[in-house]
Amino acid sequence: MLSCYRVLDLTDEKGFLCGKVLGDLGADVIKVEKPGGDPSRSIGPFYHDIADPEKSLYWFAFNASKRSITLDIQTDDGQEVFRKLVKTADVVIESAAPGYMDKLGLGYPALSQVNPGVIMTSISSFGQIGPYSRYKTSEIVLWALSGMMYTVGDPDRPPLLPSYPHSYLFGAMQGAIGTMIALYQRQALGRGQHVDTSAQMSLVWATGTEVHATWEFFRQVIRREGRMRLRTGTGIRTPIMWQCKDGDIGFFLLLGVNFVKPMSALVEWIESAGIDSGIMKRLDWNTVGWDEITQDMAGEIDGVLAQFFSRHTKMELFEGAANRGIQIVPALTAKETLEFPQLGVRDYWVEVSHPELGTTITYPGGFIRSTETACRIRHRAPLIGEHNEEVYRNELGLSTEELMTLKQSKVI
Amino acid sequence: MQAKPFEGIKILEFNWAGVGPFSLSYFAYYGAEVIKVETSRRPDITRTGSPFKDGIPGAERSSYFSWTLGVKKYDVTLNFNHPKGLELAKRLVAWADIVGESFTAGVMGKYGLAYEDLKKIKPNIIMFSTCGHGQTGPLAKHPSTGFTLTTLSGFNSMSGWPDRRSCTLSAPYTDFVSPLFGALALIAALDYRRRTAKGQYIDLPQHEAALNFVTPLMLNYAVNQRELTLTGNRCAYAAPHGAYRCRGNDRWCAISVFTDEEWDSFCKVVGNPPWTKDSKFTTLLSRVENNEELDCFVEEWTIHFTAEQVMAMMQAAGVPAGVASNAEDLFQDPQLKHYHHFHDLDHPAIGKCAYYQGPGFRLSEADYEVARPPLLGEHNEYVYTKILGIPDDEFVQLMEDGVFD
Repeated sequence: MLSCYRVLDLTDEKGFLCGKVLGDLGADVIKVEKPGGDPSRSIGPFYHDIADPEKSLYWFAFNASKRSITLDIQTDDGQEVFRKLVKTADVVIESAAPGYMDKLGLGYPALSQVNPGVIMTSISSFGQIGPYSRYKTSEIVLWALSGMMYTVGDPDRPPLLPSYPHSYLFGAMQGAIGTMIALYQRQALGRGQHVDTSAQMSLVWATGTEVHATWEFFRQVIRREGRMRLRTGTGIRTPIMWQCKDGDIGFFLLLGVNFVKPMSALVEWIESAGIDSGIMKRLDWNTVGWDEITQDMAGEIDGVLAQFFSRHTKMELFEGAANRGIQIVPALTAKETLEFPQLGVRDYWVEVSHPELGTTITYPGGFIRSTETACRIRHRAPLIGEHNEEVYRNELGLSTEELMTLKQSKVI
Repeated sequence: MQAKPFEGIKILEFNWAGVGPFSLSYFAYYGAEVIKVETSRRPDITRTGSPFKDGIPGAERSSYFSWTLGVKKYDVTLNFNHPKGLELAKRLVAWADIVGESFTAGVMGKYGLAYEDLKKIKPNIIMFSTCGHGQTGPLAKHPSTGFTLTTLSGFNSMSGWPDRRSCTLSAPYTDFVSPLFGALALIAALDYRRRTAKGQYIDLPQHEAALNFVTPLMLNYAVNQRELTLTGNRCAYAAPHGAYRCRGNDRWCAISVFTDEEWDSFCKVVGNPPWTKDSKFTTLLSRVENNEELDCFVEEWTIHFTAEQVMAMMQAAGVPAGVASNAEDLFQDPQLKHYHHFHDLDHPAIGKCAYYQGPGFRLSEADYEVARPPLLGEHNEYVYTKILGIPDDEFVQLMEDGVFD
């Protein structure tokens, strides 16, 4: 869908996913790395645990569908080459500290002089302007200031960061959306523009209704509740994840007209398993609302459910629930995700060839299905400078002498 | 500022719940005309979800609905079980550039509104469907919500302490992940149509999209047969690294020290006490190794200051630090205020409320627009008489016939 567009990707892990998803949709995304390779290649995990810039699985994951060239944009020669590249590009994505690109003379005003049609997408933790824009940042700092951290964890311990850090992905995706809007608008506008993306704003949105509305409606703060959720406006807590025989399952008690059938089916199922569903069979699911449920009643319901769930495996519960129109899902491990039947039947996984490792690796498939395009990883992430020759010589038309000079001066 | 990017683009949504509307909200932010079709017998599922304003249930009082629909959309009601209702639905399709729906797989087909049907009405239509597991396969018709997909996709298994079971993330987390992919694909599809005149069908399977966020975890298993382990707030290459208790009631500040330079700055901020010179803490490796002891020292210092003071002092010295903001903090956050992130809007049933938000980016050439959520059927008259051009007397007749129920 986007094969007519060229994207120059200067990002680190704050912006990787932006270029990757544009690449999955067909854009020609060229990762511009420092000579020697992007420092983010040091992020683990690694292929067979070998810490090597060409073996970072994190890099593989979010730089697939891109090409790579090396270029030192801190040198005058490098900047000259970069400006030549910008002339051929539709989009430049960057995630440097705000002000850095301007300092190099490669900020949006400068690049738009070189190519008025170019769109520059800046992805940063807090945005290009404002009191935090120059703040030092890290995954945990972003997670904290977005409001996410305060709501995750056990009540008796500090707020928690996920053990799989991924908060930058929200900003990177918003950057991709902003880029796409700018590309669309360019047709009418006749020129590019600057997209200023804030990972904080992106993540604040994802803290969601329960956090924002509970404050706005009730001046109540959502805190970390382990696996429980506060049913806002009621003070009642119910679990959203439960332990079963062989792991965890997800189930959330929802009331209202749309949940009468599944709740009745669940009560019947519990009874047929020889468990007294107690309060659950006495409630009229057609009419009951949260205002009629006390914490004691909720606790009694939790007890019945916990007893029922603990007797079954997660797949038993999932399949039984699916047949009854109830929403119970297994908390899948990575292994179980790779083996999940629905994904297999739909041919979701993609085998991506890594010739230099002598192997293929299974990757998640595309994020959408389309009748016009195969949205998926097009090829593995590039090696350091893998496409230098292709891009500099064949596409940009640099001569052998020019390339030699740039290589000797370590610009490429 | 120029004209809105999506000015003149027409969007029809049979969406409900979160992911469908979120995927289309970017069009509404930037100038498209969006019509949201509901039935008054079974309104949007989020209209019936608590919390409600003042705790009083009502179709216009749910925060789920109003938070989700805080963009400019026309809201109409339409009775799909009335033959004339379906006829009007098809006339709306003819008006639209993009049609979105987020029902269980197969529902649109039952009403003769599958992609093949829509294409006959408008050959270059872009149709967007989203449900939990995609339109095919054994689970296609299995209902799902963000509350359960978040567990299925593994997000509720990735945060926690090594000695305990995992803690969950924001309840319907995937509802904030998958629509980002949906929105991107839809704008790309619109751009593609502008260039090629071709419409298309886009299906956003929410589980499949969400897994694009956890690719490293999948690769780590596929390659190394290793599952994620829970590590609390530890980081293998930073210490101190965590949320530290500050003065006040349940107040915390996150601090992360990666480099020796940051460590030196950190030591200066805490006043270079003797423990900072202890050989247990002088190198990154030793700090990481002795992080539990280090955390105790850090907290002995942070507890004397507010979280805001700790953040300000650390940041002034170049150490990454940030308040673990709670809901109240977010609405007061100076950076978010600088970007005018939250919008305070008035609503006939909810009153003034400040939780309306725009996108996570700002465009230099276009402003976005937010709006209070539409009321159920609020724009029936405008949409049916002005947009579809139904004469007033016929509109009244259709209303009496229950076509808009």
